[in-house]
Amino acid sequence: MFRWVVVRDLTLAWKGRVDVLSTLFFFLIVVSLFPLGIGPETHLLRLIAPGVVWVAALLASMLSLGRLFANDYQDGTLEQLLLTPQPLYLVVLGKVMALWLVSGVPLALLSPVLGIQFGLPRNALFVLVVSLLLGTPVLALIGSIGAALTLGLRGGGLLVSILVLPLYIPVLIFGAGAVDASIMDSGVQGSLSLLGALLMLSLVFAPWATAAALRISLE
Amino acid sequence: MLEVTDLGCVRGDRRLFSDVNFTLSSGSYLQVQGPNGSGKTSLLRLICGLLAPSEGHIRWQGANIGSLGEDYFTSLSYVGHRNGLKEELTPIENLRVTSGLSGTQLSQQEATSILGKIGLSGRDHLPARLLSEGQRRRTALARLMTCETSLWVLDEVLTSLDSSAVRFVTSLLEEHLNKGGIAVVATHHELDLSANSYQQLNLAS
Repeated sequence: MFRWVVVRDLTLAWKGRVDVLSTLFFFLIVVSLFPLGIGPETHLLRLIAPGVVWVAALLASMLSLGRLFANDYQDGTLEQLLLTPQPLYLVVLGKVMALWLVSGVPLALLSPVLGIQFGLPRNALFVLVVSLLLGTPVLALIGSIGAALTLGLRGGGLLVSILVLPLYIPVLIFGAGAVDASIMDSGVQGSLSLLGALLMLSLVFAPWATAAALRISLE
Repeated sequence: MLEVTDLGCVRGDRRLFSDVNFTLSSGSYLQVQGPNGSGKTSLLRLICGLLAPSEGHIRWQGANIGSLGEDYFTSLSYVGHRNGLKEELTPIENLRVTSGLSGTQLSQQEATSILGKIGLSGRDHLPARLLSEGQRRRTALARLMTCETSLWVLDEVLTSLDSSAVRFVTSLLEEHLNKGGIAVVATHHELDLSANSYQQLNLAS
């Protein structure tokens, strides 16, 4: 049954792939604006690269949150999902996983191309991909709480960003920190381990909180 | 067996109904009536567990539905007045996904034959957004033919259906009741059912 939630959302993402691609393009364009705006100062670009890529990833994953529950809420399929004979925790986990597969993973895989624009060394590019692969599921999991809480509210999109962006800060610090450390050639393990810990923590608690928020929003 | 005792519903600062009592044993049919805004949908959502009751109790097989959790949903099918279809998916995909989510695997052929029975053959490869309102309702109702649930909760499902579809739904309900199922239906239509127990609930009074 869990499989069906993922299959369903992946099929829907494929049918609405313009939405998925536009989030990805948003990420690409925002990151590419910085080298153009700052000019070819390799040293400076290399310094700001981790922060810029990570902030753009944060914004892009926030944009994708609108797709998570809003459409299902409007056409009544969310009610049906709540009434399926499986824990709502798993339904939420399946939906978030599908969202991550179509937004987080391509974003992480694209990031080396962007890193080259900033003149990042090869090992830093590798750390960038790993940190994004660890960090973007956390962003999706935390974001799902905000998306569920603001379901059906007017101006929900803006409210989500106010609710969710502060909670993204630890992910930003450790994600960009790991890439920074690899540029400076100091140890990256600390930051990556903390990102992994954040992932475990949010895997356990976020779907549960989202499920509770969904029940309240649908009352 | 579904037991509802002293059920009341307050939405915002408006009291929709209070002291609703009924007991439905297997094979019985309850028609919920009442003017618009009298709380028919709220009552059905309470029975589904989508709303938490502010007063009273709803028990399924003797246990409070709040404490049953997901176990209750294995015996429940709900078709709301919003159809619960994805507009981008075809009727076949919609049917396969919804039955997959409730634990019944359905092959492409099975889905096609079920949709054929409900009068959608030839239309089952179009995205649901291209279908008419009645055809979408038929797709939503096709879900009932795939499930083995014993409690059906149907909200205004007969609107925008033509007379042949209404007859089909009636026969579907009849079969369900004969197998010992329970149906709670909010509708203004008097259905021509030969149920052993036919109850009516008017929320206006």
